[in-house]
Amino acid sequence: MARLSARDLTLQYEQRRVIEGLRTEIPEGKVTMIVGANGCGKSTLLRGLSRLLRPAAGAVTLDGKDIHSRPAKELARTLGLLPQQPTAPDGITVRDLVGRGRYPHQAFFRNWSHGDSSPHDLAVRNALDATATTELADRIVDELSGGQRQRVWIAMALAQETEVLLLDEPTTYLDLAHQVEVLDLVTDLNRRRGTTVAIVLHDLNLAARYADHVIAMKDGAVVAEGTGIDVITEELVRTVFGLESRVVPDPVSGTPLIVPIGRHHYPAPQATETTKPALEIAS
Amino acid sequence: MTSTTAASSGKRERTVTAPNGTETGPQLYVRAEVRARKGKQPAWLLAAVVVLAIACGASLAVGARAIPLETVWDALAHFDPADGNHAVVHARIPRTVLGLLAGGALGLAGAAMQGVARNPLADPGIMGVNAGAALAVVGGIYLFGITGLTGYIWFAFLGAAVAATVVYLLASTGRDGATPVKLALAGAALNAGLYSLMNVVLVSSQDTLDRFRFWQVGSVAGRDWSVILPGLPFLAAGALLVLCSGRVLNTLALGDDLARGLGQRVGLSRGIVALGVVLLCGSATALAGPIAFLGLVIPHAVRFFTGPDYRWILPFSLALAPALLLGADVVGRVALPPGEVPAGIMTAIIGAPVFVWLVRRGKGASL
Ligand SMILES: Nc1ncnc2c1ncn2[C@@H]1O[C@H](COP(=O)(O)OP(=O)(O)OP(=O)(O)O)[C@@H](O)[C@H]1O
Ligand SMILES: [Mg+2]
Repeated sequence: MARLSARDLTLQYEQRRVIEGLRTEIPEGKVTMIVGANGCGKSTLLRGLSRLLRPAAGAVTLDGKDIHSRPAKELARTLGLLPQQPTAPDGITVRDLVGRGRYPHQAFFRNWSHGDSSPHDLAVRNALDATATTELADRIVDELSGGQRQRVWIAMALAQETEVLLLDEPTTYLDLAHQVEVLDLVTDLNRRRGTTVAIVLHDLNLAARYADHVIAMKDGAVVAEGTGIDVITEELVRTVFGLESRVVPDPVSGTPLIVPIGRHHYPAPQATETTKPALEIAS
Repeated sequence: MTSTTAASSGKRERTVTAPNGTETGPQLYVRAEVRARKGKQPAWLLAAVVVLAIACGASLAVGARAIPLETVWDALAHFDPADGNHAVVHARIPRTVLGLLAGGALGLAGAAMQGVARNPLADPGIMGVNAGAALAVVGGIYLFGITGLTGYIWFAFLGAAVAATVVYLLASTGRDGATPVKLALAGAALNAGLYSLMNVVLVSSQDTLDRFRFWQVGSVAGRDWSVILPGLPFLAAGALLVLCSGRVLNTLALGDDLARGLGQRVGLSRGIVALGVVLLCGSATALAGPIAFLGLVIPHAVRFFTGPDYRWILPFSLALAPALLLGADVVGRVALPPGEVPAGIMTAIIGAPVFVWLVRRGKGASL
């Protein structure tokens, strides 16, 4: 069962064709991770799925209807997107930025919404709460650290209160603890509200752990999709990233854990060398 | 030692190129102010209106013949045609009204253009819109012998609209669309081109030059009601369109992708606001000639009170731009007696350094 699906989707920038005849689905009520090498078209796919790019051929449908045939604001109340590199207006406060996520819920020429108890303020407060940015609310966005800023952007996407949420590399600039925190947050959102989430993520280990569904891309095409265990294999890492690796079970979650090899280390199943602790785990 | 430097410079680089690509440089406003001003905008707006009222009073009172404020008030409240002072005050009313209208229009248009173009350097003067309007008026005078505002205004609209469209199309070529930098470059190039074309026409026709000179310098002097009235409906329509677009501009400020993701029809919104800008710039230019920098300086100055919220930037600009224009006109009247310096030149004297400062801040690419 899918809410968002791409049928024979072809996406291009002017003459440059990035994705051709792609067919995929973002399953309803699940967390989907999109993985692939730099430049393989993940962001382009996300832009196509969220109607930022008009398909050159094929279509993207939400609940069976072409997303380009639906009124823009109505669609924005259902489908939200956080692009890879958003820019904040100069000097804006966190609260104001998060509040701008409410745009699709407000009438066209209505400039002001009043009262602290309005649904808009409530949504903003919830979004700040969920991303632990409440204490930053009156700070200026350009003055925050990269990680704080990233959480603020996620808060803005949450304030939009959509049933489907697409996030393009939401963990960039975050330290490991905050990466885990963001993914936990997204999982909460998915479990509590049933939000359908699709995330472009570079960290394969975290992707495998948090995904209900994984889509692996290479050169603008989907090369594998399914559960993390089925998709993320040594073979896949080799085809998609051209990287030799060992895949072992994640000791915490049992999902695939990729241990890259590289040119300076050698997998030695019987190794006892203390200088290569990572390989000891591998063996 | 070396490693410390390397580490700290590496860290700096990270903050500079930071996730959203905005730079952390000298900022336009003192940060503490931001928190202090929150929620106080209505009071500040009231203060802005008071400033505007003072500027109006000065515009009526100051000139070759200085008139005490009581007499100004008298002349407004119960006009006595026999009183010489009253007559002078009354003669200054159209000029003051014109300054109000043209100033308000250019302030609003400048703020809206900065929002539409997502470019802090956008200004109807710099982006070639006023130049387009001016060239069209000159063309109208030269080719069709147009005189008077009713004729000028249509040419001015046409010129403003064509210039705005051309700048936008020029800037839109290439893979990433109309970026702020490309818009500014296209605007500057077009601006220069239009002005030289205009000079070609003017040099080749003494008659056009004479009529044009009267109009061109960006002056609010020497115009009367017959010049002002025909412009009113267009000004009102443009102002209405732009003033209602505060939230739309706020969303556009997030960038096209996010704005679209939030359900904004980016092209349509830009078009609506641009139509408002063209109406405002066209009528203001037809009324008062090309006045540069007002639309650049004022929206930046008001951000000090408003922050980046266009719902406030627009009304503040509407109040303070005419105050500055009237102030410039008043100063121009007394600066070099017995002559007068046209208001357009005075605003340029104030505006040019601000423009240079904005460019040097190196924030030309983001807003
Ligand atoms: N606006 C654009 N105009 C032209 N080509 C583009 C544009 N954006 C991306 N491309 C190209 O499309 C291809 C796919 O880019 P895309 O941004 O989708 O990659 P990605 O998988 O998201 O990479 P990354 O992991 O680095 O974010 C790249 O070759 C890129 O150069
Ligand atoms: Mg990308």
